[in-house]
Amino acid sequence: MTTVLDGWTLTRRRLEQLRHQPGQIAGMLIFPAIMVVLFGFVFGSAIAVPGGGNYREYLMPGLFVMTSFSAVSVAMLSVAGDHTRGVMDRFRALPMSRAAVPLGETGAGVFSGLMSLAIMLTCGYACGWRAHNGLWSTLGAIGVLILFRYTVSWIGTYFGLLVKNDQTADQLAPLTLPVTMLSNAFVPTGGMPAWLRVICDWNPISATVAACRSLFGNPGVPAADAAWPLANPITASLLWSLLLLAVFVPLSVRRFSQAGL
Amino acid sequence: MPRHHGDAIVVTEWLRKSFGAKEALTGLDLSVPTGTIFGLLGPNGAGKSTAVRVLSTLTRPTSGRASVAGYDVATEAGEVRKRIGLAGQHPAVDDKLTGRENLRMFGRLARLGERGARARADELLAKFDLEHAADRLTETYSGGMRRRIDLIVSLITAPAVLFLDEPTTGLDPRSRNEIWATVRDLVADRTTVLLTTQYLDEADQLAANIAVVDGGKVIASGTPDELKARIGSHLDVIVSDPAHLEGAATVLSALGNSYATADLDELSVSVPLRAEVQLPVVVRELDAAGVVVRDVGLRKPTLDDVFLTLTGKEVAA
Repeated sequence: MTTVLDGWTLTRRRLEQLRHQPGQIAGMLIFPAIMVVLFGFVFGSAIAVPGGGNYREYLMPGLFVMTSFSAVSVAMLSVAGDHTRGVMDRFRALPMSRAAVPLGETGAGVFSGLMSLAIMLTCGYACGWRAHNGLWSTLGAIGVLILFRYTVSWIGTYFGLLVKNDQTADQLAPLTLPVTMLSNAFVPTGGMPAWLRVICDWNPISATVAACRSLFGNPGVPAADAAWPLANPITASLLWSLLLLAVFVPLSVRRFSQAGL
Repeated sequence: MPRHHGDAIVVTEWLRKSFGAKEALTGLDLSVPTGTIFGLLGPNGAGKSTAVRVLSTLTRPTSGRASVAGYDVATEAGEVRKRIGLAGQHPAVDDKLTGRENLRMFGRLARLGERGARARADELLAKFDLEHAADRLTETYSGGMRRRIDLIVSLITAPAVLFLDEPTTGLDPRSRNEIWATVRDLVADRTTVLLTTQYLDEADQLAANIAVVDGGKVIASGTPDELKARIGSHLDVIVSDPAHLEGAATVLSALGNSYATADLDELSVSVPLRAEVQLPVVVRELDAAGVVVRDVGLRKPTLDDVFLTLTGKEVAA
């Protein structure tokens, strides 16, 4: 109980920080808009969706997942920044639960995720993207996205605790972009060389993107003979999240209680 | 070896800490009396910060024992954490929050409850005269104010023991005085303070007891007066003729706590003077040795002198 309470205090802290930085909120608005224009209109004009359909309808679930995946760098940078500034030592010298810091960090990831997802959904709606499968499937897709964001926040928290230095974290953060690109988020994996296709098909991002496409009823649903994670995207995305949580939750908590020993 | 600690609140016994091959603490023995300011004095790399990190449960000792308020830092870390405050070398507050929000957040984490945290934040801001800046982001604070808010945050739990790791390093004299005043106030509140410093002056101003640390262990301890008496003042002699340098060095080595050091460019010879030696004696002795002196000066001992005297070696730059 105290763990949850302390975690909530730290989540609140991130939200208070956000309130003082309207620039960050503006960035949250502008970045997705740029992505929609860049991919939806610049690249999109040259990309054909397998089985036909509007590319922007195909693209938006990819951008939703990309936005969710950005929580890796957000969490990593926040945690590494706390280390650099000594705030982490202060937390560790307090009689609070050892799980509270990662819990608060990932909790904040959910809140900021809801915010940026709302912005992204609005952006998508403005350029013609629609959810076609009714309320429950739409909520299901949002649930998948938030779970995914929560999961990758734990990964980011772990790496933040690992690098302990905001400069290193700054250098690592851009790596999230190629990881996102190595998936079906922007282009179908069907045309890729076989070895690359395997990597992309088994990227947890791909399963999550495919799950969203299927739940939103957007084009690009993989053929039945696709790799297992793409043929069963909802199950695969949930399994990926559970697996990654099972690995990174204990790693992060252990790392927090032992860092510097 | 059994030891009696009286009313000591922080005790370390043969405390060792190594990071790989590097030994930061090599058998540190400390005993800090309750309700006093205790100064841990030493140069960079002496092991001061490591000692604070061990005592504040951030790092586990490799061997030896350390206890705070009767609780072992390694095996009862949770109990220790309830009783300590920590202000490190760099202000560790959230610079994207205001001073008040920082205090409230750390208050909530210290289990004061929502109302308790708010009340405690207001109380501390009023007490330490920071209300005018309470609702500004701490990133806009001056260096001195940031140290103060950091210090105040570390008081949120009303700790029995406060660890201050070089609280004034890098501060201007005015901010330093403000921090000193705050630290003195704390002891009036019966908080025990263990502070580390590189400045003899600071330890002298604040601490009732000082332990001089070098190479990860205590090489001397006592009250500031006792230590200064051992070190004496620092004497500089400038000669007119380079040929007289050697004669001056011989005379000063005999009067000093350690060998005199000569500077060939400045034509000067320096030594930490023994406490009982008065300036006229120095002049007389130099005259008797036929040394023609251009200038003689006495100054207060610095940390360098402490080290030269206690270890016979210079502080590594």
